[in-house]
Order: sequence, then C-alpha cells, then structure tokens
Amino acid sequence: MCALCGVLGGSEHWADAHARPGAFTRNTSPLERRRERARRVTEANRILGHFGLGLSDWQGTAFQLSTRTGKTELVDNLSHLWAAAEKLLGRPVDPLDPGLLARLERRA
Amino acid sequence: MSDYPDFTPVILLTGFLGSGKTTLLARLLKDPALGDTAVLINEFGEVGLDHHLLDRIDDQMVLLSSGCLCCTIRGELAEAIKALHSKRARGEVPPFRRIVVESTGLADPLPVIATITADPVLKHHFRMGAVVTTVDAVNGRDQLARQPESVTQAAVADRLVLTKTDLADTATTDATIDALRALNPDAPLHRAATDPLDATALLSDRPALTTALEGFRCVAAPDLAAPAHLAAIASFALVFEASIDWTLFGLWLTMLLNRHGSAILRVKGLLNVEGSETPVAIHGVQQLVHVPTHLAAWPNPDDRRSRLVFITRGLDPALIERSMQAFGLKPARAPMAAA
Repeated sequence: MCALCGVLGGSEHWADAHARPGAFTRNTSPLERRRERARRVTEANRILGHFGLGLSDWQGTAFQLSTRTGKTELVDNLSHLWAAAEKLLGRPVDPLDPGLLARLERRA
Repeated sequence: MSDYPDFTPVILLTGFLGSGKTTLLARLLKDPALGDTAVLINEFGEVGLDHHLLDRIDDQMVLLSSGCLCCTIRGELAEAIKALHSKRARGEVPPFRRIVVESTGLADPLPVIATITADPVLKHHFRMGAVVTTVDAVNGRDQLARQPESVTQAAVADRLVLTKTDLADTATTDATIDALRALNPDAPLHRAATDPLDATALLSDRPALTTALEGFRCVAAPDLAAPAHLAAIASFALVFEASIDWTLFGLWLTMLLNRHGSAILRVKGLLNVEGSETPVAIHGVQQLVHVPTHLAAWPNPDDRRSRLVFITRGLDPALIERSMQAFGLKPARAPMAAA
C-alpha cells in the first residue's frame, strides 16, 4: 500500500505475466515492465479514443482513466479497465460492436 | 523448503446428478497413487469408505490407509480449504500435494473456480487444476438437452469421463459423445467402464490444447439445438500463422470477457507469443482466465502456429474473428471447419 495515498498495491492479473513457478513470465526487469506499461497505455488509447476516453499510467502501480470532461477512475488492471470505462460512459464497451470494428478497420 | 508445492492444484470433479462422480471417486481412492491427495467430499457415507482402512482425525476429516486425506465440506468451500492449508502448515495432517473437490450434481462449476482463483488467501497458496466431468452415457444426451448446468459442466471440462457405457447401446453412447463433442471438441474422453483410468493422469494438470487439428468438431449438434439453453452454442477454433502480440491479445481478450464473459463458456489456446521460444497455454472459463503457463516445448516443433478454441453461446464466430483482426491480431484463416 502506498503510504501517502493509501492505495492498495495492484493485484496480479493474468495479462501481466508475473513471475510465478510454471507460469508464463515476461518483462521481468523494471525497465521492461515500464516499457510494457507504456505500450499498453498507447494501445489501449487506440481503442478508448473511439469512446472519448483516455488512459495514462498512474505512478507505475495503476492506470488513470478519464473522460474528456474530466471524470476519472483509477484502475488496477485490464479487467478493471473495461468495467470502469463502461461505468464512466454509462454504456457498453463492446469489442464485437460492428460500428467500432468498422472504425478500427478504417484506421488500420 | 516445504514438502508440498508453492501452489497446490485444486482439481474439480463435477458431473450431473447420477452421472457417477462418487463411484468414480470411490474407484480412484483405492489407488495408492492418490496418497498425497486431500479429497473434499459432501458426505463420507456416500463414497462408502471402508471404516477398517481409515483413521479419524476429527469429525470432518479421515486419513485413509493409502495416505489420502478425506474431508467433508461443511459450509463454505473456501473455509474448508483454508482449514486444510492451516493444518498442513502446522503438520497436523500429511503434506498433501493436491486437492480434489467433488461438487454436487447441480452445481455450476464456475463459483468453485472463482473461489480458488480470486479468494485473497487461497490464490497465494492454491491454483485451479483440471476440471474432470463425468457424463452418463445412457442419460447424458438427454441431460444436456434439458439441464443447462450439465452443459456448463461438460463445456468447462478439461477431461471427460463417460460412465455407464456398459449399460448403453452403441448408438446411445455415440449420440452422447456427439453431443459432448459439439460442446467440448478437444477434451480427452475416457470410458469408465472399459478404460483402465490412471488416477494420477486423470487428475494431473489440464492438458494443453492439442496441436493436431484433426478431431475438432466445430458445429453445433443440429438436433440438440432446439432447447433454448443449447441454441447457438458453438465451438470453433482460430489458427494464427504469425506470432501473437501479448499486449494486444491481453487488451482484446479482457475487453471481450468483460462484455461477453457469460456467453463464453470456455476459451483455451496454445499461443506462439512474440519473444517467447516455447508455447504459452491459456485457459479461461467465462470471465475467469487462469494464470497462463509456459510449456517446455512445442508438441510438434515444425508447427508453431497459435490456436485458440472458443466454446460460446450466442456469439457469432465470424464476428469474433473480425474483432481480432481489427485489434491487430490476425487469424490465418476463417474459423476452422471440422476436420
């Protein structure tokens, strides 16, 4: 837990590929982990931009998800991210939505 | 250094009412190879434990002569497992290396899997092992058509055990197998009546997705599609020539499971992840994804294509494939047809 703000440390998430016996592990050095977080933010923003949302790293322990009007949620991991996005938007964030897919395909 | 694994596997034995779970368990318990196993059951009496061959530890726990520890589940599963863990740490029970949980016949397997995966204490000491599902060859097909729980139990299975094949004629058995294969195309299927059933192998870690494409059944069984809960259940596989970008894959799959997790009975895959020499196995059940594991080697070194198998309810396979492509993950070809 952060002694200043009282935020609990991030929970393990399967996509983080944390070191664990027998488990798929990647990005074990601090630099690799920071690079991965930065890339994850970039790629997530490519999707979230279609919903008017933006993601940024928050102190290397969480992510800050914001709307254009400044509504903000802190999220621990990718699973929390999409639930938080739906909460901020008040509507589903659906990767199978043909409208979203058409926009992504036009940009590709 | 302890005598037991850092993450003790919890194996779930499930199956519909009367499908032969307890009979199978009683048979497995006779195997001395299960001596390092703790078994959580509903009632001692149901399994017919031989009272001459056990030491009673307390009201809920007995030690069999094989060394296997047997406990009845009173109340919450999580509490029962924590109590076992605590007794093991104090040396009050033998250092078991795996736990087998026998669920009730009407149970949805998901809450058990969620408990092991998400409980703040259990997740640091235990991991979900294989799900073994018993299916009655005589009544299984009918149960699949009528009972939504039996569909979930069969779809999430890592291993299927077909029971009572000695009581069913060949046509009935084949019809049950066809129905099972429509729901779960690749889980190894054992016949309890005729196969020797190696207890250790049956309860070992969930098998990696086979790289042999032959044998996949990727269509819903047409005459089973009538009941509402079976309509639109589909199993299909996607194959990828190029290696998988783990960052994009994580974003895409978490987004998909957040919105459609309840419609995805199962996702399993063997992935060639960028930057990884050996394959990565992933297993998910509805919204839950197990910790991905690294396999020591490719089953076929000449074929390193990634494969993802989905068992879904009411989702269009073509839309899932299109979504992966739009997110930058490129399946090599359309959802695979039956080989």
